[in-house]
Amino acid sequence: MQTDRTLILGLIETCREVIAAHADHLCELDRAIGDGDHGTNMRRGCDAVYVDRDRLSGMPLAQALEKIGLTLVMNIGGASGPLYGTLLIEMGRKLGSNAHKTNFAAIVGEAIDAVARRGRSQEGDKTLLDVLYPVHTEMVRQSALVRIADTAKESAQLTAGMRAMRGRASFLGDRSIGHVDPGASSCALLATAICHYLKEYRPA
Amino acid sequence: MKKFMNKAESMVAESLEGFVLANERLVMFGSDRKFVRRRHLVPGKVAIISGGGAGHEPLHVGFVGQGMLDAACTGHIFTSPTPDQIIAAIEETDTGAGCLLIVKNYDGDVMNFEMAAETLAGRHRIEIVIVSDDAAAYGAARSSGRRGVAGTLIVEKVLGAAAEAGVGLVDLKQLGERLGKQIRTIGVALGGVTVPDTARATFLLEPDEMEVGVGIHGEPGVSRQRLADADAIAAMLCDTILADQGMRNAGVPALLLVNGFGGTPTPELYLIYNVARRLIEARGIRIVRSLVGTYVTSLDMAGLSVTLSFLDDETLRLWDAPVLTAALR
Repeated sequence: MQTDRTLILGLIETCREVIAAHADHLCELDRAIGDGDHGTNMRRGCDAVYVDRDRLSGMPLAQALEKIGLTLVMNIGGASGPLYGTLLIEMGRKLGSNAHKTNFAAIVGEAIDAVARRGRSQEGDKTLLDVLYPVHTEMVRQSALVRIADTAKESAQLTAGMRAMRGRASFLGDRSIGHVDPGASSCALLATAICHYLKEYRPA
Repeated sequence: MKKFMNKAESMVAESLEGFVLANERLVMFGSDRKFVRRRHLVPGKVAIISGGGAGHEPLHVGFVGQGMLDAACTGHIFTSPTPDQIIAAIEETDTGAGCLLIVKNYDGDVMNFEMAAETLAGRHRIEIVIVSDDAAAYGAARSSGRRGVAGTLIVEKVLGAAAEAGVGLVDLKQLGERLGKQIRTIGVALGGVTVPDTARATFLLEPDEMEVGVGIHGEPGVSRQRLADADAIAAMLCDTILADQGMRNAGVPALLLVNGFGGTPTPELYLIYNVARRLIEARGIRIVRSLVGTYVTSLDMAGLSVTLSFLDDETLRLWDAPVLTAALR
């Protein structure tokens, strides 16, 4: 469990830091096509997880992921809470029931499908799924962490060309085109930070 | 930005505390202050619960009380409440007849209410009515459906009265869905709103511009147009509602609601009501009930919405039923 503790603590701190550092930028992105609070809401969620880090890092990884997901749901609110929460809750549950399997990419894939069902959304709708699916594809290919991180960043940028189909941005119709989706952006920031952390934590 | 506030983070909680104190004969906080509930629950009545982000007051807390809501969950400003709040509200106010959740059709609200309902499935009988009365046209660019806006007030009033009269959970859901199809709303803004957290306006308009088809979260609307006089604005709003399929029922009695978004003075609301009523009646629709005021707001947004709701004998009777809440009585 000692390995899990360090990993969980490291990931909690990494995610909190990257969101805090970019919270204003995420709000700015959200102001263009939403109500401008995405950074604030994400920061509130990450802070709540951070406050609970000692308890969380004492748990096995699967259980910690599920509890972090629940904490995000109960603190972020809006659409981001249920979406990010569902991702982690499902990952934790799947990991918990498949602890003997090592196919983490498949577990992530199932969790992403659960996010899509929760948001009644699909790839191309200009949401965080437009980062999650390409990241998952790279994971299945067992790409290097740097490659996964680059894919996350590029995928988020690509949402600028999309017309929002879900969420508040979708009320804008064509006027949502030209703006990067805030949810996709936070998702890319988190994915990139996690990749960089894992690269240092577990050089492979 | 000038606001009466201490800290942006505690603004909603401090305001709710004042609301509960000011209306202490009608309402009280639920467990852990996660929601505001009716002081006296009615055993055997279906519990009616709603909620949403803060910034729309008096919706929803202002409608907690006899003849309307049993509980309202308030989130952060323009942010849906979280499932734990909704779960706590259901557990405390369901007296055995089940619980009806009235949810405005915003993806965040729908997801959080659904997660709460899923968590309690098997332990409570729960139905959800989703309000989607916005008539702003999004074309094919939107798959989430219409937004839920000021028409939510009408759904909460009618379903609240029906629950009070002893109507059961399944019938309430059917009534809510039937009524929802009879309500259409269109909003127009003269400016963006200032969200206390970010201290900046959500969008900026030139002095000669207005934003048409806005929702109630300060998000930009469907189109930006040149500001016109009140007659022309009212005509454009009424045309949009009446162009909506199912909104051309000549001879049918209807309710006309002109709702301020928080930054428009009451006289302007009545001025628009005056024009809108004449225009709608000229199309053969009988306005038999009216409501004019600031009920479903978008913080300090200058702007208003016009809502038309057709009523049948049953919904008219329920609209007229007694109500005792902070904002409607």
